Amino acid sequence: MSETTPITKDAPGLRSDAALLPPVDVIEDATGITLVADLPGVPKDKLALQVEADTLTIEGEVGLAMPRGMESTHAEVSVPRYRRVFTLSKELDTGKVAAELVNGVLRLRIPKAEHAQPRRIEVQVA
Amino acid sequence: MYRSLFSRDLFAELDRLQREIQQSFEYSPSIRGFGRGTFPALNVGGTPQSVELYAFAPGLEPSSIEVNLDRGVLTIAGERKPGLPGPDEKAAVHINERFAGRFRRVVTLPDDIDPNAVSAAYRDGVLHVSIKRLESAQPRRIAIQ
Repeated sequence: MSETTPITKDAPGLRSDAALLPPVDVIEDATGITLVADLPGVPKDKLALQVEADTLTIEGEVGLAMPRGMESTHAEVSVPRYRRVFTLSKELDTGKVAAELVNGVLRLRIPKAEHAQPRRIEVQVA
Repeated sequence: MYRSLFSRDLFAELDRLQREIQQSFEYSPSIRGFGRGTFPALNVGGTPQSVELYAFAPGLEPSSIEVNLDRGVLTIAGERKPGLPGPDEKAAVHINERFAGRFRRVVTLPDDIDPNAVSAAYRDGVLHVSIKRLESAQPRRIAIQ
């Protein structure tokens, strides 16, 4: 079953091709996966997160307040857009993804489905 | 802490290799070294009235960022804490690409800036430093007698 769960509303105008690949950390523990991504310059309303079937897409647009008539002399961030796509695995519960964006750092928590959480299996001795 | 099969070191090596290749193409590097590929990334621009500098430094405490201006040289320094679990926590690190540790970036500013008119703001993980140019350096129309 394919299911679309938009976590935030889609920011308009994100359909353009060139984008930077934001650096991420992915940490897995017993109850789920934590994904941390650096998205400097992306305000909350320009961030688009989407889970479609087993694909997680992170997209963000840089919204910097620049003075009028500014001429760029040196640019290391040359594309004002980030995009990164991940393939999720079956045991993750995509309906319960939690996201927060603080100071340009996105923190996603994707819990594992109840049945996929580790259990201790009792060994019966006959 | 469990690590994936290919440790971070391999990627760090690849990173370094890529940087070296990039540097060999760079035409004339600054005396203070190569800036590319380091943290934070910098964008610099200017208007006739000011010099604008944007440092892409997400996840910092605004109060912990040091911005210094000394004789026309602007320094941005600070530290970003690693967000990874400790060795005794039962967690596996699958991807570890984000920068952690102390950083420092140095920019030489043009001669016509006013060292007393600097403002810095931190928003959405971007540090924006704006330095006004000197009044005396502003273009002026000269009246003909």
